[in-house]
Order: sequence, then C-alpha cells, then structure tokens
Amino acid sequence: MWKWLHPYAKGEATFRLLGAWLPWLSGLALILVSVGLVWGLFYAPPDYQQGDSYRIIFIHVPAAMFSMGAYTGMAIAALIALVWQIRTAEWAIAAIAPVGAVLTFVALFTGAVWGKPMWGTWWEWDARLTSELILLFLYIGVLALYYAFNDARTGAKAAAILSLVGVVNVPIIHFSVYWWNSLHQGATITKFSKPSMPPEMLIPLLISIAGFLFLTAALITQRLRNEILKQELHRPWAMQQLGVEANNGVQ
Amino acid sequence: MSVVIETKQLTSVRAGRTLFSSLSLQLCAGEILHVEGPNGAGKSTLLRIIAGLLSPQEGQVLLFGQPQYEDPELWQRNTLFIGHKPAVKAELTALENLHYQSQFDGAEDVDAWHLLETVGLLGLEDLPAQQLSAGQQRRIALARLWYSTAPLWILDEPFTALDSRGIKLLHERFQHHIDQGGALLLTSHQPLTWSGERLQKIRIEPHDEALGYE
Amino acid sequence: MNNASTWRILKTLMRRDLAVALRRRSDVINPLLFVLIVVTLFPLAVGPGPDILGRIATGVIWVAALLSALLGSERLFRDDFLDGSLEQMVLLPAPLPALALGKIVVHWLLSGLPLVILAPLCALLLKLPFEAWGTLMLTLLVGTPMLSAMTAVGAALTVSLGRGGALLSLLLLPLFIPLLIFAAAAVESTLVGTSAYGQVVLLAGLMLLTLTLAPLAVAAAIRVSVN
Repeated sequence: MWKWLHPYAKGEATFRLLGAWLPWLSGLALILVSVGLVWGLFYAPPDYQQGDSYRIIFIHVPAAMFSMGAYTGMAIAALIALVWQIRTAEWAIAAIAPVGAVLTFVALFTGAVWGKPMWGTWWEWDARLTSELILLFLYIGVLALYYAFNDARTGAKAAAILSLVGVVNVPIIHFSVYWWNSLHQGATITKFSKPSMPPEMLIPLLISIAGFLFLTAALITQRLRNEILKQELHRPWAMQQLGVEANNGVQ
Repeated sequence: MSVVIETKQLTSVRAGRTLFSSLSLQLCAGEILHVEGPNGAGKSTLLRIIAGLLSPQEGQVLLFGQPQYEDPELWQRNTLFIGHKPAVKAELTALENLHYQSQFDGAEDVDAWHLLETVGLLGLEDLPAQQLSAGQQRRIALARLWYSTAPLWILDEPFTALDSRGIKLLHERFQHHIDQGGALLLTSHQPLTWSGERLQKIRIEPHDEALGYE
Repeated sequence: MNNASTWRILKTLMRRDLAVALRRRSDVINPLLFVLIVVTLFPLAVGPGPDILGRIATGVIWVAALLSALLGSERLFRDDFLDGSLEQMVLLPAPLPALALGKIVVHWLLSGLPLVILAPLCALLLKLPFEAWGTLMLTLLVGTPMLSAMTAVGAALTVSLGRGGALLSLLLLPLFIPLLIFAAAAVESTLVGTSAYGQVVLLAGLMLLTLTLAPLAVAAAIRVSVN
C-alpha cells in the first residue's frame, strides 16, 4: 500500500512533519524534566531507610524504562522497514539506537552510583543492572551492524533484522536474568521501586518519567531529521533546507 | 511472438548512485537480448533484478505477464540464472557438482557422465573443483544449460574464462535454446556471432552524475 | 507449492553440505579441539582441586560451547556466499526458510551433536560429579540446536562483510545468555539434589521457539546479504 507513495516526497514530508512536532516535544521535555528533577532532587522528602541516596531513582527509573521502550520502538521501526520497505523507518533505526544506548548507559551509571552507598560496591550483579548491561550490548550490536556495511541500505536492513531478533529475545533475557538473580540471592537488599511509595515521592517520579518520555521523543525526532537530511542531501529540497538554515544562522 | 520477460520503468539506485532509470525492455520467445555497457554501468544489477535477487527502486518486472511478487515460484521454475560466481563447490569433484546441480534443478534423469563429456571435462571428473581452472569451473556451472528446461536464461558474462572452443560450444547451445523457443538475456564483452532480428541489443550508459536522482 | 520438490531440494542441500563438510574435516574437528583445550586450561589456571573445578565445570563447558559455536560459524554461509551457491539457493524453487532450517540442522549435526558426545570427557576432566553428567548432556542436547540456529542468524547477517568475526560475537553472545543461565541452572539443581525437569523443559521450549523463528530471520538475512 505504501509502494505507490512517491518516494521523493516522503523524506521531505516526514522531515517537515517532524519539524512541526519538535518544538512541542522539546518544550514539554524541558518543562517536565526540570520540574520532576528539581522537585525530586530538592523538595521530595528523604527516604526513611536510604536517606538521600534514593533520589537517584528520579533519573534511574525513567532512563531504565525508556531504554527498554526505545528498543521496542526501534523494533517497530525495523518491522515497518522490512515489511513495507520504507526508508524513513530504516533511518529511524539509526536515529533511535544511539538514544536508547545512552539511556541504557545512564540507567547503568546511575545504578552503579546508587549501588556504592547501598551495597558498598560500584557493581553488583543485581537483576536490573545485569539486564540493562545486556541491553547495552544489544544496542551496540545493532549500531555496529548498521554501520558495518559499505552500502547504507544493506546495513539498515541487516540492523532491522537484528533488532527484530533482539526484541524477541529481550523478554526472554529479562526473565532469565531475574530468575537467575533470584537463584543466587547475594548482597542485594532491595529493588529500587517500593510497592507503596508516598505521593510526595511518587508524583515527582511520574513527572520525571513523563519528562523523559518527551525528552526521548524529542531527541529521536531531531536525530531522525538529521538522518533524513543527510541521506537526501543530493535532493534539491534538502540543499535548500540547509541553505535556509545556514542563512538563518547568519542573521 | 509471445513476450517472455518485460520490464517497465525500472529504476535502480545502488549506494546512492542511480545506475539506470525508467528502463523498459521486452524479450520474446526465440530472441536473445544482449545487454551492453561499460564496467560498472549496472548490467549485472539489471540481470540480478530480473532474476529476482534484487528489487528495483521503482518499476516492475513481468514474466509471462505476471509480476514477480505474485508468484515467486513460477519465477524460480521458469528462469535460470548464472552469475559471475559459478556456484561450484571447491571441495567436491566435477561429477559431484554436476550431480547436485541437476538434483537442485529437478533434472532427475540427467546422465552426469554424458554431461561431463559434452562440456569437455571427461577425465577430470575425480578432481576436486578447486584444482580445476577458472574456465573448467565455469564449464561445470554452464553444464546446467544442457539439461535446463527453463524458458528464460539469464547469464551474466557467460564467456568469461572460456577458451575459444568453449565459446563456440556455448554459442551452439544458445542457438539450440532459441530454436526451441527459449529466450536468452545476457551480458558479455565478447561480440556475439548472431546477426539479424533474433538478436536485440540494449545499452546501459553510466548515468550522468550531474543529473543525480532527478 | 510442491512439497515433493521442496523436500527433494532440501535433501540435496543437506547431502551436499554434509559432503562438503566431510571433505573439510578440520573445520568440524577444530572447534571441538578448541573446547577440549579451553577445558584443559581451567584446572591449570584455578588449581585442580575437585571442589573448585566441580563448581565451575558446567559454566566452563557451556561457555566453551558458546565460543566454539562462534568459531565454527563461518562454515555456515561464507563459502556459499563466496562461490555463488548462496544466490543460487535463493533462486531455488523452495521456501528459503525451509532451506535455512536444513543448513541449521546440518550445522548442528557437525558441531552440536559432537559436542554432546564430547561432554562426558569434559565433565571428567573438570571433575563434575557423576550424577550431573546426564543433565549436562541433556542440556547440551537441547541447547546446541538453539546455538546453531542463533549462530546461523548472525552468520547470515554478517556473511557479506568478510571480516565478521568480532562483530559476530558482539551480536550473538548477548543472545546466548538465557541459554547459558538455564543450562547452568539445570546442572546446578541436579548437583544440589533437586529435579532439573523444569529448566530442561524451559530449554526445550526455547529451542522450539528458536527453531521456529530463526529460519525466518536467516532467510531474511540471506536475501539482504546476496544483494
């Protein structure tokens, strides 16, 4: 059904559509992340057990959530790319993967920072952290495959297949790691999120999560715009776009 | 005369470079189409698209009026593609290679020994293919032409590495194929001995870079 | 459309692959020797005491199996790609996923199955208590087909790269993790005297899932690679 769409118009149309979304996404991201983090880091009450160190969850939890979410998004883009052969979807893989990888890294890093006061060690083979570490490997794999080929289309298709293979495996890996962790209960005390969180902690967390959602979306949107522009550079509209933007920069 | 293969408005872009655009051609039963053009112009790409290994950016390919994606099996049964690479297993002997090839092609009753003799490899049947010369390996690959019942042959540079006797042999086989009502699509830097109405030529020129996609 | 011809083509493909592999026995034997050597290195590195060795035996054998799967992965598609057999395979009048499954089965016969047979020797060298040998072999029997299938996906994706080795391990090893976890846990539970039934059934389920889905991914990857 997509075949008949004129392929030349597609890149440009998507570029403009994303351009229209971008200010809204970035605006919401900026507001929500600031509110969520300032509230969470400065005004939310300290935890009765963990003191102030629990505050890392305001970054860790949303980063971890959307590190998984971005992988799902990437896999959906991959499916669209493979089934309908839409080039924009191929580029979306390249746009999403680095964002997802950075979120994963942030989740890992904050987890390690939290682990130091909690477990007395920078790295603990905690189920969530282990799972995130493997996810980071999966992201790096997709990225490495994407850029390994001389022909960009081949690389994109190969990466798309790998993303789909990965997304089938992510739940299995996740489950196996949690199960493995329950088998080898060691120094791990608690998970991050508690079943009943008081509202004065929960609300800033939810705001922060919403903020990270828009932040992720904004980053991906901008990256996808760049990718479209890069790939369509030989087309007049893209050159014109660059020309216009360069002129704006001068003024 | 019945049209065997037809392309409509075919466009191929590889690695950001337009090889050809809006290419339409028709090949009827009993005809040979010789695709000409300099190195890198996209001859092989065209053949691979028609064989169904690649998909074009735009346009379609019809075999007996059927578009490819509607019935890939019809395609696979009615075309025979031999590319640059001979698909000969280096570890297996010429005889074994012929045996497996004919099994794949569904030609159960092929006399492999007779085939070996036809393509001039008798006496070399016990050697692993890696010890044969490039021309001899190509002869193994081309032996498929002597039992193939596919109406459309798609051959990419079939004469490469062949000696003059091999080339002559192949010409005779081509003649036989089109006499039987087959069609043949090939690229070659060798001049073909045919003349007249049965041989068509099409030339792919390197696309003008300045024009780019437009 | 025609089951008889698909079956004939599949049989021919598997016979040819076996014939080729038997001419290149070193490709089959070397990964097995690799496993044996890795297994030999561990007692030298951590000391030959049975308490340590017995504890790490399963892990060592399984990790060696994963690495040897990577080592033997080139055999799957590389030669076919270079000599043109892969593109001819795409053009055969048979469903490509079925042919991919055939390749996986042949690869397993030549890499997974020998590993299952080799397992008792490794277990002996690593002083794995005898009661766990059966479970170890069972996990290998159920797990190695999965290994072959996943390796085939990775190999098909990287076949046109020419220098796929390091990239392949990056792509595949994370995907092997569930296999490693459940297989090791199965042997572990036998060692502590409980039933390994649950883990083995879980592995068998994963194997079926992998053998169903992997051929589709392999077929898609081959189509991309013969571009």
